[in-house]
Amino acid sequence: MTDTSLNTGPEKTEAEKTSAPMPTAIVQKRQSPWRAPLVFLAMAVAIAAVGFGQSWSVALAIVNMSLVSALMAMGLNLQWGYAGLFNAGVMAFTALGGLAAVVVSHPPVWEALNAGGRGLTLSAVIVVAIIATTAFVAANLKGKLRSFTIFVIVVAGYIILRPVFGEAVSAVEAVDPARTGFIGGLGLPIMASWIVGGIFAAAVAWLIGKVALGLRSDYLAIATLGISEIVIAVLKNEDWLARGVKNVTGLKRPVPYEIDLQQTPWFIDLVSRFHADTLATAADAAARESMLRQLLIEASSAFVKIAYAGLFTVVLLIILALCVRALNSPWGRMMRAIRDNEEAAAAMGKDIKARHLQIFVLGSAIIGIAGAMMTTLDGQFTPGTYNPLRFTFLVWVMVIVGGSGNNLGAVIGGFLIWFIWVEAEPAGRFIVEMLSANMDPETPLYRHLQDIAAPFRLFVMGLVLLIVMRFSPRGILPEKVRHS
Amino acid sequence: MYLIGESMTGGYGGADILKDCTVGVEKGEIAVIVGPNGAGKSTAMKAMLGMLQLRLGRVVLDGKDITKLTPQARVAEGIAFVPQTNNVFTSMSVEENLEMGAYLRRDDIRATMEQVYTLFPILKEKRRQPAGELSGGQRQQVAVGRALMTRPTVLMLDEPTAGVSPIVMDELFDRILEVRDTGLAILMVEQNARQALNIADRGYVLVGGENWRTGTGHELLANPEVRKSFLGG
Amino acid sequence: MPETIDILNALTLMTNFVFVPALAYGSQLALGALGVTLVFGILRFANFAHGDLMAFGTTMTILLTWALQAQGITFGVLPTALLALVPAIIVTAVAAILIDKSVFSFYRKRKAAPVVLVIASVGVMFMLSAIVRFIMGTEDRRFTDGERFVVRALDFKKWSGLDEGLAIQTTQAITVVVTLVVVTALFIFLNRTRTGKAMRAYSDNEDLALLSGINPDRIVMITWIIAAVLATIAGTLYGLDKSFKPFTYLQLLLPIFASAIVGGIGQPIGAVVGGYIIAFSEVMLTYAYKKFGTYLLPDDLAPSGLVQFLGTDYKFAISFIILVVVLLIRPTGIFKGKVL
Repeated sequence: MTDTSLNTGPEKTEAEKTSAPMPTAIVQKRQSPWRAPLVFLAMAVAIAAVGFGQSWSVALAIVNMSLVSALMAMGLNLQWGYAGLFNAGVMAFTALGGLAAVVVSHPPVWEALNAGGRGLTLSAVIVVAIIATTAFVAANLKGKLRSFTIFVIVVAGYIILRPVFGEAVSAVEAVDPARTGFIGGLGLPIMASWIVGGIFAAAVAWLIGKVALGLRSDYLAIATLGISEIVIAVLKNEDWLARGVKNVTGLKRPVPYEIDLQQTPWFIDLVSRFHADTLATAADAAARESMLRQLLIEASSAFVKIAYAGLFTVVLLIILALCVRALNSPWGRMMRAIRDNEEAAAAMGKDIKARHLQIFVLGSAIIGIAGAMMTTLDGQFTPGTYNPLRFTFLVWVMVIVGGSGNNLGAVIGGFLIWFIWVEAEPAGRFIVEMLSANMDPETPLYRHLQDIAAPFRLFVMGLVLLIVMRFSPRGILPEKVRHS
Repeated sequence: MYLIGESMTGGYGGADILKDCTVGVEKGEIAVIVGPNGAGKSTAMKAMLGMLQLRLGRVVLDGKDITKLTPQARVAEGIAFVPQTNNVFTSMSVEENLEMGAYLRRDDIRATMEQVYTLFPILKEKRRQPAGELSGGQRQQVAVGRALMTRPTVLMLDEPTAGVSPIVMDELFDRILEVRDTGLAILMVEQNARQALNIADRGYVLVGGENWRTGTGHELLANPEVRKSFLGG
Repeated sequence: MPETIDILNALTLMTNFVFVPALAYGSQLALGALGVTLVFGILRFANFAHGDLMAFGTTMTILLTWALQAQGITFGVLPTALLALVPAIIVTAVAAILIDKSVFSFYRKRKAAPVVLVIASVGVMFMLSAIVRFIMGTEDRRFTDGERFVVRALDFKKWSGLDEGLAIQTTQAITVVVTLVVVTALFIFLNRTRTGKAMRAYSDNEDLALLSGINPDRIVMITWIIAAVLATIAGTLYGLDKSFKPFTYLQLLLPIFASAIVGGIGQPIGAVVGGYIIAFSEVMLTYAYKKFGTYLLPDDLAPSGLVQFLGTDYKFAISFIILVVVLLIRPTGIFKGKVL
């Protein structure tokens, strides 16, 4: 402690001086064991209300994206809540997961591979050669000579690479550009991409972590924000890889298609039994037939959504179980010790950089898995739609509002914030309609008001974040502080 | 006494660091607080400056109770403080450091600045240089000069000689004596107890946050117990 | 050897497509980075809402521009937006102070970790971007009027007899002139005035500044006013030069941060230099040098490809790579700023 710092307020404690994520309350109220179940029950009620009030299709869609969001929030919570790492690049890992979905599940485009495969392979070889020589030089030379040699190698390598790569890319992109124009994927079941997405994200996170994790929080945030923009720029512009902004649509599904279900006897049987009472009111066979067709369409759509929900829930529960176990293990305790007091942990011989890298990679992998799941759910990969507000900062709101450092908090944060994100727009529209009810629809103000419903959700998000930070800084389900 | 902290008791929220500790200084005097590490020397000084809430006791300046005042308000009342570390604006020139010292003053500060330059001639020479580029001893001079710019009646110094060479230390003490002769009350915390007590009109030996021995500088230097305990015989 | 006329053509080409645009863009980044760096120096957190503060200030300028135009008031050959700038700055400054009072001051008083303020700034970013979209919608808007060019390409060709034209848009000239004036004024303020010096003192050593009787609340308020001035001017100049679209202002955050950090965060001079470094790197590395080479090289050596280092879509990558290199080699930036 320095003796001379002028401190007009109460003396800061050691823990506050280091990077404690949130201002921790000094007096900790003991938490009711019913808090978490009650919060989840309330969430279920809210979703059910949407089901009854709006439609079950919307409610199920919210549930599915909430599950994905919860997973993203858990990944970020691992990094921020457990380790205090400010990752502002969530978007990049989500998109890498999405890329994995394309790479794994799309059938290979043989024509494109024949046209440019050799060029791309050669490019890859050149890149590896550049990296290898650079690494060799970095290890064996010193000082200015080293910097200069590395510079020469990189520039020369780039000059060699550029035409080879450029030619291969144009060859690939020339292949039926309206439909493909990219190399395609492996044609494997799309669920495999959930794991591959995690691996992609982990690999990129490892690279980023190697470079950026030595930096303090603000720099790490800016660095990861920058990297995420670069990843998106690559995905948008490298059409040979995943068609860029032309999007890859019609990805394979891990669940049945509605149209197939509607033809399947057991499903028809199930629906007619479930709706036996309604169908009995039909006047004749023809009316019954058309009624049944309508019910089948609704039921098949719901069935598909429920099937997704089931798959996602399984993944969420597995990862949740792993995270909870990790948090309670000696490893988790060490992580929190590092977060709360880095200096003391370093003095005790903990390798902080290695631990941070580990947790950064793990958290990013979870986000990657969630990203692959999201693309699977959408059935398409659309790099143009990734923006940091929706895919990075929204996940941040989920973690902070849910309660950083608490896995269940991250889950409820994912549900609640996604719910608000979706429902804020109709709420905004409702408010606008109230405001403009007596207005002449021809006036510019009326037309302008119709446009503000969409940004309303941004406003609500900011407000929710600031209110929670101010009045409940530890979130809905705060981190449980264990006293040893 | 001109400035006195009477029966000061308190700490940073937890256990009391100061226990019924009394420290004071008269105008035109140097008072020195010495003692082993962790004796609460700096804490006592900070309490008098208002950086520490006292649980018991009071601080009186020229007959006026200032216990409730904030550090900033005490600065305005005429107490100047030189912290031990980070006591200059490193990115600003020497002259700007002095100007910032006089920030609260609205009158002409040139005369005071000339006095500081007379006291520390080297500063005049280096007045355009950033304070961060000066040597340790010169920085201490800037720090003291900055504090003098408010034309204080009390100057508090927290270990002014920490980390400077013995020659520089002697010079610094000489300067401090000169400052005293202008009629200021000087209160100092010092690690170099022997040298500090040598120039002290009044000495306080603190142990465990309490007054252990009090007397003039020379009395304490002559006291066998004080010598034995921490002047090294 | 290329002929003199070819060299002149090549130089004109570079001036027209690289130097002038980069100078204008660099000025805009410099103003943005100055705001970020001042807020960092005084309040000690990276303000993620700065891009949206720029968008907010620009929105105010555009609204006032429309109001003036509706009254039939224009600024002759200059864009009307310049007239609207002053009241827009006042509105934005009031908004910035209100944001500080309602959000940031709470955490500052409790001496919360800087990262908490960063997260709070994310909340502010959301709300500001919503307000901007409420008012302006999401589409691209151009709001410049008056004379479009200071120098026209055709006139230049006629005057010089070269094949290459040089065009300087009014907005580009205004950007450079306004930046020069604003930066000079800011530096005089910081280095010559009592309040400016107090701001530097507070940024340098908060504790000692308090001991010297500097009032922190006043310093913070002045910081927000200056940040609002800089953000509004930077945003308006960028919008005049290119166009106004809320989302691009969020994306500007990255090159702005890069500029501030490369120059040395907390160092005003660094922010300015950093802005130009980032802008010139972006423009120079994404420019296709084919025609430039054609002028200077003998015909048989003339480049066949575009001779472009990176596609324009990767300009983010450039500011980012410069950022990473600086962080690794010299974390304090060029002008020895603070290490976060």
